[in-house]
Amino acid sequence: MPSFDLAPLTLVTGIIVTWILLGVAGVLAPSNLRYVTRVLLPLGGLTALILAAVGVAGMSSDTAARVLPLGLPDLPFHIRLDALAAFFLALLGAVSAGISLFYAGYLRAGEANSPGLTCLQYHLFLASMATIFIADDGYLFMVAWETMALSSYFLVTSNHRDAVTRDAGFLYLLVAHVGAIGILLCFGVLQSGAGDYTFAAMRLIERPTAGWATAAYLLALFGFGAKAGILPLHVWLPEAHPAAPSPVSALMSGVMLKTAIYGMLRVTFDLLNVHMWWWGVLTLSLGLLTALFGVLFAAVQTDMKRLLAYSSIENIGIVLISIGLAITFRAFGMNALASLALVAALYHCLNHAFFKSLLFLVTGSVLHATNERSLGRLGGLIHRMPVVAWLALVGTLAIAGLPPLNGFVSEWLLLQAFLLTPGLPNSYLNMLVPVAAASLALTFALSGYVMVKFYGVIFLGRPREAKLAEAHDAVGCERVGLAWLAVGCIVLGVIPATVILELGNVTSQLVGTNINDSVVASGWLFVTPIAPARASYSPLIFLLVITAVLLIVFLLVRAFYHGRMRRGAAWDCGFPLQTARMQDTAEGFGQPIKQIFEHFFRIERHMPSPFDRAPCYRSRTEDRLWYWLYLPIARAVGRVSGWVGSLQRGRIHIYLIYSFATLILLLLFAR
Amino acid sequence: MIEPVLSQLFQTLLAVLVAPLMLGWINNCRAWLQNKSAPGILQPYRTLRKLFHKDAVLAHNASSLFRNAPYLNFGCMVLAASIVPVVETNLPFAHAADAIALVGIFALARVFMALAAMDIGTAFGSLGARREMLVAFLAEPALLMVLFTPALISQSTSLNTMVETLAQREVALSPGLAYAAVAFVMVLLAENARIPIDNPSTHLELTMIHEAMILEYSARHLALIEWASAMKLMIYCAIGIAVFMPWGIAAAGNWPTLPIATVALVVKLMFAGAGLALLETVSAKLRIFRAPEFLGMAFLLGVLGMLTHFLLERA
Repeated sequence: MPSFDLAPLTLVTGIIVTWILLGVAGVLAPSNLRYVTRVLLPLGGLTALILAAVGVAGMSSDTAARVLPLGLPDLPFHIRLDALAAFFLALLGAVSAGISLFYAGYLRAGEANSPGLTCLQYHLFLASMATIFIADDGYLFMVAWETMALSSYFLVTSNHRDAVTRDAGFLYLLVAHVGAIGILLCFGVLQSGAGDYTFAAMRLIERPTAGWATAAYLLALFGFGAKAGILPLHVWLPEAHPAAPSPVSALMSGVMLKTAIYGMLRVTFDLLNVHMWWWGVLTLSLGLLTALFGVLFAAVQTDMKRLLAYSSIENIGIVLISIGLAITFRAFGMNALASLALVAALYHCLNHAFFKSLLFLVTGSVLHATNERSLGRLGGLIHRMPVVAWLALVGTLAIAGLPPLNGFVSEWLLLQAFLLTPGLPNSYLNMLVPVAAASLALTFALSGYVMVKFYGVIFLGRPREAKLAEAHDAVGCERVGLAWLAVGCIVLGVIPATVILELGNVTSQLVGTNINDSVVASGWLFVTPIAPARASYSPLIFLLVITAVLLIVFLLVRAFYHGRMRRGAAWDCGFPLQTARMQDTAEGFGQPIKQIFEHFFRIERHMPSPFDRAPCYRSRTEDRLWYWLYLPIARAVGRVSGWVGSLQRGRIHIYLIYSFATLILLLLFAR
Repeated sequence: MIEPVLSQLFQTLLAVLVAPLMLGWINNCRAWLQNKSAPGILQPYRTLRKLFHKDAVLAHNASSLFRNAPYLNFGCMVLAASIVPVVETNLPFAHAADAIALVGIFALARVFMALAAMDIGTAFGSLGARREMLVAFLAEPALLMVLFTPALISQSTSLNTMVETLAQREVALSPGLAYAAVAFVMVLLAENARIPIDNPSTHLELTMIHEAMILEYSARHLALIEWASAMKLMIYCAIGIAVFMPWGIAAAGNWPTLPIATVALVVKLMFAGAGLALLETVSAKLRIFRAPEFLGMAFLLGVLGMLTHFLLERA
């Protein structure tokens, strides 16, 4: 069939068009809820599944490029599908399939915008992200990037009648655009005066001096960092994620943050062909700060979606650490190690996409069941919402980095990469690495603390409010969407060797080599990133043995003794009066963190006096960066605007004087 | 083929069955040091037997997570016991999990116990869970740092390779390892709920950590938890012995030395237990908010160990 080929690139283009059409179809009947939730969203999910399959196939097939007959005259759109793009497309497809299905069950009439409009914004968001991954010139990339920012802005502000939501949306849009300027300038530097903005041309440019390459790298770090939520550009995440509807938060946190990672990898490893080792150190240090900052703030949050947003910041930090290591290794020509670090980065992107989307969707179910986002008023939901609770447990364990789930694999790979750094030729760097590894280990351990808090306070214990007794479990499509993501967490955790082999295609493209030979050196059951004697890990055996031991212990206990059991009141050291308010709250869980890491936070406490008749305790924990960075900038901008504003007098003769003065000045200069 | 499997089974069973004995030995030593009459070294077994025979009592609102957590905890400890080389370094199962995964296994068990403690929704349960996780997030990175120093020396995170390399070195305790060893002892005390972080024999409400978590458990569930804690203590001692005093451990496939290795292990464990009892007798329990200082110290010592290794051995 000459006219109709099924090349992956064609399919991806077809899928993007399908998504856009689905969105447009939604607007045709904007208020028909059943049409959107029964037809369009499931179809969008199905399309996403196909995209996932195409992405996986595209990772091992040849690079394909094409010029589209679209765009401005003389400035057509270039698209290209290579292993890196295919990996991110697979991620987008696999995760958004679950989210679309969940959305089909989640969308209600009367909440926020009309269903049809939401459907359009949602599918445009998906399509723009897919376009970013296949864009092959700066122009199409920026068009898609801005479409993504705008469509997600409208999704974030779905509930625009709420002033807090509007503020959050504004902040999001502002940071997104400041970042976009960085990316635009980065492309400007990359084309280095040639005027050709195609990525193909940028790749070919030899950069004799490192100065411009460094400028491009720093601009990319800034621009994409604003989207990813790197310190200090993270402020929009904890505001925008709680404001958005939960499936949108899931998509933004699970996939949109990864577009920034994609951009960073594209610029650093594909478009730039020089690497300085200190770029790596800078990225690594920023990543460490971001990760530690994110996890500490997550630990003190009392709003479940804010907690997850801060946890996203932490995870982006971890990905950034891996990328930093990869750049450092690459700069010293240690390509095998660079590919190990890159595998850790990509794997963590994939893992984070799955477990974070899962948990955000879980918060959506909880929100619909209870109308409550504050951790202080939840509790005991495992009895009322067992399915959601058990699926959430999978996500919780995965994000806490516990074996044999997926979060552990990428953490393990990253720590292995760290243990290989003694091979670096720079001795100062060698000194830095133990410190970095230590703070990374602290971050991992803290994320366990955060997730115990998250799960324990929402799902375990007694319900803290009477209304929670009416909470209902997720049903139908919602369940399927959650289960899909939970299964993804388990599968990615259990077959790491297979996944790493696929990722080998990406690292071959980016750093010219992969670790495929050594990874399966002792069979597909074991992951041995360098050599079998060096380190090996086999989650499948791990899982089998633990299941076997569990069964044996269970049967032995039952066979030798008895299974007798009684129910009684809780013991609690014999206290007769026990209420739900005596449990630890989210605030209580944050207290040790606040005390130990006091200097990270800006804490305002209101303590009641001992003689207060109606005592009340209030505590606000804020981000110091607001006061150190953002508010000064905002004040400066306000002042400058004031000066500019004082030019505006609102009288016609003043403006005539301005015009006259300008004319005179121009005449003087043009003379 | 069959030999490694047999040796694996032998070692795992040894660890599972001997663990309460080790606990009994420590308790006996402590009783002697404190001038009390000792309950006998087999007392932990009697306690377990008693608990297994009792009827389990569950709170009305206990979920299945609560009922399954003790089994999972026990399973994790068996798993951990089977990857730490205590008498021989040729454990086939050790390829499935390395030192980092070992830390992960401990974390998995701990997270489940903490979640189970929050399940009933009592004041003490959630307090215990929070404190346990507090101690854990301070101790876990310290443990990782401690294990990284030998991992860097032996160029491997596989416990088998680590112990083999360390057993063959001439200078057994380099400065880097010495720092790590001190840090390890501190982590061991904290992770196993011993004095000075926690007191295993107290039920004083405001100070307890581990005991607060398991307050709602009874009968067979409690027995499994107690047994698992005994195993955890034993595994920690075994890790310490394997990494910092590996002399006498049997090399892979060297069967004749196995009895010697077992005797060496028993002797070392007896010394370790006596040492622990001594430490617990001479020190007092810290306030909970002094625990971060104690564990931060362990963490720093672990990092120092790594740095010292970089400075001295790579220069």
